Amino acid sequence: MDNNTLLLLGDEAVAQGALDAGVSGFYAYPGTPSTEIMEYVQRSPQAAEKKIHRTWSANEKTAVEAALGMSYTGKRTMAMMKHVGLNVAADPFINSGITGANGGIIVTVADDPSMHSSQDEQDSRVLANFAMVPVLEPSNQQEAYQMCFTAFELSEKFQTPVMLRLTTRIAHSRSGVKRGAPLDENQLAMPEDKRQFVLLPAIARGRYKLLLEKQPSLEDEANNSPYNHYYEGSDTRMGIIASGIAYNYVMENFQDQPCPYPLLKLSQYPIPRKHIERMVNECDEVLVIEEGMPVVEEKLRGLLDRGPAVVKGRMTGELPRDGELNPRLVRKALGLEANPSTVAPEVIAPRPPALCPGCSHIDAYNAINEAIKAEYGDGHVFADIGCYTLGALPPFEAINSCVDMGASITMAKGAADAGLYPSAAVIGDSTFTHSGMTGLLDAVIENSNIVIFILDNSTTAMTGGQNSHANGRLLNICEGLGVDPKHIRSLMPKRNTHDQFVQMIKEELAYEGVSVIIPQRECVQTQLRRAKQKQSGGKQ
Amino acid sequence: MKLDIILAGVGGQGILSIATVIGYAAVQSGLDLKQAETHGMSQRGGDVQSHLRISDHTIYSDLVPEGAADIILSVEPMESLRYIPYLSPQGWLVTNTTPFKNIPNYPELDKILKEVDKVPHHVAIDADGMAKDLKNSRGMNMVMAGAASLFMDIDFEKLKEGIRYSFGRKGKEIVDLNIATLEAGRKFAEENRSS
Repeated sequence: MDNNTLLLLGDEAVAQGALDAGVSGFYAYPGTPSTEIMEYVQRSPQAAEKKIHRTWSANEKTAVEAALGMSYTGKRTMAMMKHVGLNVAADPFINSGITGANGGIIVTVADDPSMHSSQDEQDSRVLANFAMVPVLEPSNQQEAYQMCFTAFELSEKFQTPVMLRLTTRIAHSRSGVKRGAPLDENQLAMPEDKRQFVLLPAIARGRYKLLLEKQPSLEDEANNSPYNHYYEGSDTRMGIIASGIAYNYVMENFQDQPCPYPLLKLSQYPIPRKHIERMVNECDEVLVIEEGMPVVEEKLRGLLDRGPAVVKGRMTGELPRDGELNPRLVRKALGLEANPSTVAPEVIAPRPPALCPGCSHIDAYNAINEAIKAEYGDGHVFADIGCYTLGALPPFEAINSCVDMGASITMAKGAADAGLYPSAAVIGDSTFTHSGMTGLLDAVIENSNIVIFILDNSTTAMTGGQNSHANGRLLNICEGLGVDPKHIRSLMPKRNTHDQFVQMIKEELAYEGVSVIIPQRECVQTQLRRAKQKQSGGKQ
Repeated sequence: MKLDIILAGVGGQGILSIATVIGYAAVQSGLDLKQAETHGMSQRGGDVQSHLRISDHTIYSDLVPEGAADIILSVEPMESLRYIPYLSPQGWLVTNTTPFKNIPNYPELDKILKEVDKVPHHVAIDADGMAKDLKNSRGMNMVMAGAASLFMDIDFEKLKEGIRYSFGRKGKEIVDLNIATLEAGRKFAEENRSS
């Protein structure tokens, strides 16, 4: 590899691509598989030298809004998140389609099909379609890099945000990436129309018409995009549409002989009708292969499924309806003979993830189980998203819910409203400042009879130990939101404080109203990392 | 030339340090590389794998297809078996025999090693023990890299360069110790390969 080629994860390629394409600020909340984009930027000397904004945001909504603010000033910006993070940011994201962009704005979303580290496998292309925002979907790391340049150009040319959609296997796979010539940042330049971002109904109606009028041009861009390529094939009994990394799995199966079928590599949306029409006219059947949900397939099929060609894919059983793709599944869909392989022996036991030895959550769950589950039975503890979600598994089996960021407090409140006693919530420090605070306010307003445990390990642990906005602020936040200071209690969860912890829970269960208990002890992983850094002279 | 490796282990065992050494050697040899990693939840003590693909022509899939792996390189015996469907009929299974027991229902080690024995081409090595004997308590991964290197069409000198690249910051002593560890792993595989 030459000096201009770097070995990068897909996530890192996006970070480097945006840096080279003249970005002025990144905004993100950590979430697998998107976290490494910001982590790369935070390590980058190039970003430090140019003072590129690279501090984590409180959540994905504040990230997209801040990015939109930067776009307002004419500068280029990127917001990054996992797929469910886009739900949190859906309000600003959808409406940014209507305001449109000034400086280029890319919303990078990393989807997690097969739910390796997620609670669902929603496909972000659906929300982009809903917002009528163009999407770029790289098939490899080089494209992930290059598409940052393209996306900023598109964004500024059509005054629209652009979604860059990754999936787990490209986000977390490393490959050589050749850098292009870096661009300068944009100068500060306010929008020409000072009401562009004012979505008062009268103005919004006009902006919405503009958004609708942009669509044919955006489709033209996709029709002529170098990322969408129609490869001819002589066997027209079948045509293949392969989006994003699905293209790789098709090509993997045609290493020794060229693909005999017409093949559309699809990496830019809206769906390029020109190529689709050609394929439908040429081929008897169309096999659609997509990583994620059958987004293209569903559009092609239509409600009545009476098109000129037979459409196949995830909806007809050629490919499974759920889960991520792999070379074997695609091989089968292509009608090729399976590679010989052996079944794994039965002796293997599953090895689910678990709380680390020494983790403070272990002590918290031991106390919570003794005070609540042992006394009142199972079913009283609503939890949240983070390492402590592993408390659902043996040996603890301590929690009864995990739905979305912040839902522990609000679900506990709703259950208490319905008469459940006791009703408790378990939430981490970073999740609390992400989406727990507003729910706590709801509970305070009604003095709901709930006990909230904010497990404070002083970091965003599950994603690898990013800074937590909650650091040193939890007591003040809870008091500021109106929790009675007598019922905001804290202790260090350890084996020798167990009895004290259990007693504290019992006392707060006896109090009719909102109690907050904050077990506070640093994550063992970040502690270890700091110790190592100290050992190596404070450098990383 | 193509070399598909499944690296296997348990979150926290550091299989990516092996990938870094082999990957560096591959890139220095002018080869193409793709390496899919496990990040996120499984890193908390769950089963983790990395797909390392090296080739002198374009690599498409980030994942090794089932039945195509030339090597399964596992730093934990039970984990080596989990990925057997990926192993090609001519492929080598190279595994550490020291179990990592963080689950209550970990099977009897004998049963696991019997299954390893059934794989036509395999090397089973007490990499933890060997690393300890070499006074390189953290060297288990390099024992494994050395053992598997026997089945890689990559210049062994280039792998040593990979170690210099990976451990250079820690000083010459650590570099030399890890090169010796790599060599010991390779020597063991030469003498104890199944066929």
